[in-house]
Amino acid sequence: MAANNTLSISFTVNGEKFNNVNVPSRQHLADFLRSQGFTGTHLGCEQGACGACTIEMDGKAVRSCLVLASQANGSDLKTVEGFDDKMMEQVKQSFLKHNAFQCGFCSPGMLMTTKEILLSKKKLTRDEIRSEISGNYCRCTGYQSIVDAIEECINEVN
Amino acid sequence: MDDIKVNQNPKLGSIDRPNSYIGRSLPRENAKKHLDGGGQFVDDLTLPRMVHVAFLRSPFAHAEIKSIDTKTAKLSDGVIDIFTAKEIDEVCKPWVGVLGHLGEMRSPEQSPLAKKIARWQGEPIAVVIANSRAQAEDALELIEVDWLEKDAQVDMETALDPNAVIIHPELGNNLFWTRTVNQGDVDKAFKEADAVVETTLDFARHTGVTLESRGIVADWNKAENKMTIYHNGQAPHMMQHIIAKHLDLNEGLVRIISRDVGGSFGIKVHVYPDEMAVTAISKKLGRPVKFIADRLESFTTDIHARCHKISGKLGVDKNGKILAMEIDDLSGIGPFSMYPRTSAIETNQVLNLSGAPYVIPNYKAVGTVVFQNKTPMCQYRAVGHPIAVAITEALIDKAAYKIGMDLDKIRKINFIPDNSYPNKSPSGVPLEDLSHQASMDKLLEIMDIEKFETKKKDDYQKGILSGYGVISMCEVTNPSPLFYGVGGAHISSQDGASIRLEGSGAIHLSSSITEQGQGTEAIMKQIAADQLGVKLESVRVTLGDTDATPYGGGTWASRGAGIGGEAVLKAARKLKDNILNIAAAIMQTDKESLDIEDNNVVRKNGGEGISLQKLAETVYYRGHEIPKGTNPELLATASFLIEGIPFVFTNSAMGCQVSIDQDTGIIKINKFWAVEDCGTQINPKLVEEQIRGGVIQGIGGALFEECVYDDQGNMQNATMADYLVPMAYEMPDIIVDHVTTNSGRSIIGAKGAGEAGTGGAPAVIMNAINNALKQVGAEVISQPITPEKVLKALGKI
Ligand code: FES
Ligand code: FES
Repeated sequence: MAANNTLSISFTVNGEKFNNVNVPSRQHLADFLRSQGFTGTHLGCEQGACGACTIEMDGKAVRSCLVLASQANGSDLKTVEGFDDKMMEQVKQSFLKHNAFQCGFCSPGMLMTTKEILLSKKKLTRDEIRSEISGNYCRCTGYQSIVDAIEECINEVN
Repeated sequence: MDDIKVNQNPKLGSIDRPNSYIGRSLPRENAKKHLDGGGQFVDDLTLPRMVHVAFLRSPFAHAEIKSIDTKTAKLSDGVIDIFTAKEIDEVCKPWVGVLGHLGEMRSPEQSPLAKKIARWQGEPIAVVIANSRAQAEDALELIEVDWLEKDAQVDMETALDPNAVIIHPELGNNLFWTRTVNQGDVDKAFKEADAVVETTLDFARHTGVTLESRGIVADWNKAENKMTIYHNGQAPHMMQHIIAKHLDLNEGLVRIISRDVGGSFGIKVHVYPDEMAVTAISKKLGRPVKFIADRLESFTTDIHARCHKISGKLGVDKNGKILAMEIDDLSGIGPFSMYPRTSAIETNQVLNLSGAPYVIPNYKAVGTVVFQNKTPMCQYRAVGHPIAVAITEALIDKAAYKIGMDLDKIRKINFIPDNSYPNKSPSGVPLEDLSHQASMDKLLEIMDIEKFETKKKDDYQKGILSGYGVISMCEVTNPSPLFYGVGGAHISSQDGASIRLEGSGAIHLSSSITEQGQGTEAIMKQIAADQLGVKLESVRVTLGDTDATPYGGGTWASRGAGIGGEAVLKAARKLKDNILNIAAAIMQTDKESLDIEDNNVVRKNGGEGISLQKLAETVYYRGHEIPKGTNPELLATASFLIEGIPFVFTNSAMGCQVSIDQDTGIIKINKFWAVEDCGTQINPKLVEEQIRGGVIQGIGGALFEECVYDDQGNMQNATMADYLVPMAYEMPDIIVDHVTTNSGRSIIGAKGAGEAGTGGAPAVIMNAINNALKQVGAEVISQPITPEKVLKALGKI
């Protein structure tokens, strides 16, 4: 049965090497990462709508629920556990300061989206920030504190 | 976080003393783990020999299960077993979702898996246990069910008709519960009124959509006769009781652990059939069993909320004084009343809370709750409030328009005066410590509605319809035993806190209140450190574990700060007293001359003190050095319960300004203001974030969210792409301000703040929209207020 097919792939997660790992051909990347203990990647919908599972794949934000694990062959992946550079530490401090999360379930995805915004070096207005994060669902905060945090980060980074 | 600090409560001492943390907007350092990917949610847990389940759920809203054949499915890869009701019922007793304190409720027995008849689309009827969720799902497709589809009773409005489909034939009809409140003589008062206005509003079903779905891992350890449940719920001790009761276990040997929870909003406080099945499976197999609902399961099996149609009538005299109010509410709750809180509470709150801010001498309210073949409906954030507030405030606006009075003025002349408490609501519910007058004044001050009158006229010239609204409301918080306990539910209305000084000088605190992101841990820490006189970082907190925390109710009905917080305050004061007694004995002075500051016992008049670490070392390791007869307890426990009143109410005033695009029907909320009086704010920033998050959920209900069903009872939009939730782009910034009236029921003086936003936003948004539409003689009366409904109201489609 196709369900049992596996593929052997190699990739890195947060700089750690995974060589010739067997993954079920139908498993999505988020499930695979979580099975390896990278449980910071969360699943909210498994259909690309909520953004909770957003991770970095070869420098780009992807919905890891929409990518098959096997598609990560040869890729450099970065998950929330690996967001530890200076810029991301600053982002986290800003999220903390503004209470830009309550339950924290959306945070890994929000942080990834924030990272993309900051790397784009665009100077966004509050409305534009709102539009940029509109692919990330948060049920708790009402978004304002997230916009506050991102706005502060944009000002500091630029 | 801005360093907002508010010295709101003289009983707590000056905000400028050392270690004063109550009233300060301190960041939640404990929550930073979430930004490092270090949260511990149920699905993050893997246990040895753990198995996974997938449920076969009814594809029909109403159907007979003639037979279920699992033979082929059982041979599927990785399948361990497949159970139907027969096997699960061997270990789990059924339940009934009724309580005894609100008059007769009629709901039949419910079991984890449906037996002969499935009564809503999504009801579980069989469960596959396999080595992975994917394998369990594969096997689901191989189960053969012989269904006989039956007519479904989908529409609540025809549920009591003579030709309705009777969902539970043994009950004779589809009525679950009804209640009438009658104060004064409404008929007479309406006759005397100078103006009488009427309206009928309807509120679609919507649901909680917590980003983390429901989840449970049940781990039956036969060797110890112990059941350990990892559960993303809100009330661990309630679950402990229920699982013990229905699985026939020793309650003391059921342990519920609720670590991080990805949002709850009331959705996760109920007993769900699939979760009960999981505990039963673990008991049967003697293995850990995991169930994490997928999003389709969340939409079709998490409780839904609202689903009301309410008509109302208000009579005023020519000066705008309200003489009478009458409401009639109908609500549909699906095929079962939820256990153990029942599905009557939303309607009960509608009857209790309508008109609550105002003096209304004659009040009549009728509530009718019926069964239907849809997902069960029960308590979700701001239970009943959106309906009660919307009907009240819509009628008041209508009356103001009719007699030509300003929207703020008609409210002001009808408020129960701030200086008249204790008082009663029109429905007879006791009220105290409220401030509708001061809160409305504050709202008008920050909002400046004059400006919007001018803007409205200017906008109208430009072809834009703009409008504004203001409302007032009461929010039920800090419930007493009269909420559930009195009706026979084993739900604690008391909460406990236990606090100790450890050998290292560290402070450990545990509380029965749970955390779902509100900031429970942070405020508990602030209260403990503030009251003890220690640095915030020296306190660590344990929550969400029935083996490790005091007994209590948990987090629901906005009770964490007011009830749980008071318990922490009392425990911290007791511990401080113990510490000072010991220190006085060691330092050979009297207790009154000592205090604790920055983790040191200090002499108020100066001179050498002793650090808490040194004191603890002496007590624990060299106890012989403390004078004989000194109480050596460095541990204190306290609990708290609201007595003498059913709830502690909070009040809010809200305003918003909207504009409507006449061509598309799209509504834009330009600004939103909320003034909240929740008494003492332990962490003002966290209070504001509760209000903002609440308002956004209220906006969701008002403008976007709806569980759409077809005539056969099939949910049409059970995905996150089709069910519209508020996303950042459409949401406004929300300006929050406060009036502070402390609750006299506790020292801490805190009332709840979690639900007003959700309760009030739908009313003020609807009023603002109708204020705009009124310019062209149009009106909307149905939520969510979609662009389509606006265009219909405008006669454009
Ligand atoms: S889980 Fe991937 S977008 Fe929602
Ligand atoms: S903080 Fe809970 S979903 Fe965003």
